[in-house]
Amino acid sequence: MSYHEKQSIAAIVSNLVIWTIYAWIMVGRFPDGGASPEIFRFWGRAFLILIPVMIVARIITTIIFVASNTIATGEEVPSISDERDKLIELRGLRMSYYGFIAGFMGAMAALAFGATPNVMFLIIAGAMVGSDILEEITKFRLYRRGF
Amino acid sequence: MGRTAVRNSIRTWRFHADEMTQQDLAERVGVTRQTIVAIEKARYAPSLELAFRIARTFEAPLEEVFSFDEDAADEPRSQE
Repeated sequence: MSYHEKQSIAAIVSNLVIWTIYAWIMVGRFPDGGASPEIFRFWGRAFLILIPVMIVARIITTIIFVASNTIATGEEVPSISDERDKLIELRGLRMSYYGFIAGFMGAMAALAFGATPNVMFLIIAGAMVGSDILEEITKFRLYRRGF
Repeated sequence: MGRTAVRNSIRTWRFHADEMTQQDLAERVGVTRQTIVAIEKARYAPSLELAFRIARTFEAPLEEVFSFDEDAADEPRSQE
């Protein structure tokens, strides 16, 4: 298994772990009420806090992955990112956009069919997780078969 | 699984170049070894620039290293 394939698997696992922990913390603070302003404030805060949390968590998980991979296999981090790497990255990103757009449309459809704002925000949060994972799965698949 | 219509004889050229390794070729043209593997297996069609770099490494004309498979080009290839 190549470095990039392992990196994709590590990213999927870390994404799932980070989102699970974050969701666990946020569930405890979940306000009651269908469409009160408090609900919107809660979700606004939740998404804003999520950005620095994800950045820091990704830096930490990347460091852990690189260190553990180097210790376990002696494999060095690839020093270059060539044209194939960039194309794979772009294809992964494209799938991520498709995933998120699908989730966003699903969230809007839920609202249109009478779901509460909580459900809409949950679907959007789910789309964020799903699109991240979809991106890594796409990259893994492309690296696995060559392109 | 989809193969590109761009075929190549890189393996043969590496053999004639004192059994040059894929890693060696990769370093000379500035890509990763995995990219050379993917090109050799016709899984990935390199950019024109990279194709020229590879051909120049073997001091051969581009068309002697790379060729275009008309039959494969007619077959539909899955796109992401």
